[in-house]
Amino acid sequence: MKEELFVSGRMNQMIDPSLNIWHWQIPLYLFLGGMAAGILCIAALYYIRGREKDYYTAVRITPFLAPVLLVLGLLALFIDLRHKLYFWQLYTNIKLQSPMSWGAWTLMVITPVSFIWCALHIKDIFPNWDWKFKWLKDLEVFFNRYKKALAWVMLIYGLILGIYTGILLSAFNARPLWNTSILGPLFLASGLSAGAAATLIMSKDQAERKQFAKIDLVIIGIELFLLIHMFMGYLASTQVQIEAAKMFLGGQFTMSFWIFVVILGLLVPGLLEILELRKFHIPVLISPILVIFGSLMLRFIIVYAGQVSRWLY
Amino acid sequence: MRYAMAVDTRKCVGCSDCVVACQTENNVPLGFCRDWVVEVMDGTYPQLEIEIRSERCNHCVNSPCVRCCPTGASHFAEGGIVLVKKTECIGCGACIASCPYDARYPHPDGYVDKCTFCIHRIKNGMKPACVEVCPTKCMYFGDLDDANSDVSVILKKRKYKTLIPEAGTNPQLYFLI
Repeated sequence: MKEELFVSGRMNQMIDPSLNIWHWQIPLYLFLGGMAAGILCIAALYYIRGREKDYYTAVRITPFLAPVLLVLGLLALFIDLRHKLYFWQLYTNIKLQSPMSWGAWTLMVITPVSFIWCALHIKDIFPNWDWKFKWLKDLEVFFNRYKKALAWVMLIYGLILGIYTGILLSAFNARPLWNTSILGPLFLASGLSAGAAATLIMSKDQAERKQFAKIDLVIIGIELFLLIHMFMGYLASTQVQIEAAKMFLGGQFTMSFWIFVVILGLLVPGLLEILELRKFHIPVLISPILVIFGSLMLRFIIVYAGQVSRWLY
Repeated sequence: MRYAMAVDTRKCVGCSDCVVACQTENNVPLGFCRDWVVEVMDGTYPQLEIEIRSERCNHCVNSPCVRCCPTGASHFAEGGIVLVKKTECIGCGACIASCPYDARYPHPDGYVDKCTFCIHRIKNGMKPACVEVCPTKCMYFGDLDDANSDVSVILKKRKYKTLIPEAGTNPQLYFLI
């Protein structure tokens, strides 16, 4: 047999023996940003379609999570930067070819919009809320007048935020595992299902819960479809992508991926939701918590496994 | 102008003098390197073949690192040399993840660092430090647009390859085989 022995004199920290430049901050942010995107998209969509009364929690209450998630996510991103004092350089440049650049600008839009959306509904949570200053009250009147436009901005930028978290990774052709365009839709679907799960946890209205269990179920189906597609793509592709897929098909990430993401994060909650829709009594919290957990694990495993996958030469 | 480098894998003995010269010339922090030596041994004993390569940033024409940099810190300087501007780099690591050759590293001061083709020396008419010190004279540097430059002349004479051309980066570090 022909053998090959490869010896490299390079031993750079965080680069060798395999890339380890992104740690917990990046997958955590991808999860928080994706979930916030899911929550905001669902709220905006139902508001635009005039279903505010039917899906009160989803439109008016769950969005209060979004600014919290976004701020925590931004914090994680900031912690990840190694040259922190220069972070403002992100906002003196627009680089259309860099997903990270338009992600930064998207966050610049969606974060304030999520705060405004919450401010418009703060009286639902604190009935005696008083804005105190006249200009704040004027602002509230202004945004209430253009709430539909605000919802459209929230929907579009929410979709961009949800999909960019995947594109951010898929733009790296140096890491064969990430280099698949399925990652954008997959992360968007995963974010939407985490967003729907958040409403499932917070809603007390039976009809709304039932609708969101259905939504979650559909998105779980879509995610499974996308995952199968992703692996079909890898296995039909070049050697490096076949190697990347093998990390999940017998390699080092097999157990964590199939158990935490596919079984606990997709199949079990999907099954529980089917049973719940068939009138079995299932504790309400189990399936949405599993969905959110699966969504988090998906980000962690893809980010870590992607850094291990590489070109060989 | 298009700067490029060629390394003769048949002359290189893997002494790592280029690595030390680079670290000294560019004050590379301890534990890191901008260039490195790779040895690939092929075959079954006793029919063995060895290829030794002095590797560094490929200063690609289609650079993923320049493309994905969100601030423009990674940029093309004269002659297509890929450089990082310290004061624009936020240390996000995107360029590091984007490089199929893993030629970049995070400098302990926070910004991302890499081979510069010793642009400060080239500007003064000198060769890059690694080329200058090579005891077997196995490295050639110059302008590909100039037909009489060292690198153009040797690439006309010899067979060569580049690393992972299928990654679509159009690398400008040539290995004579």
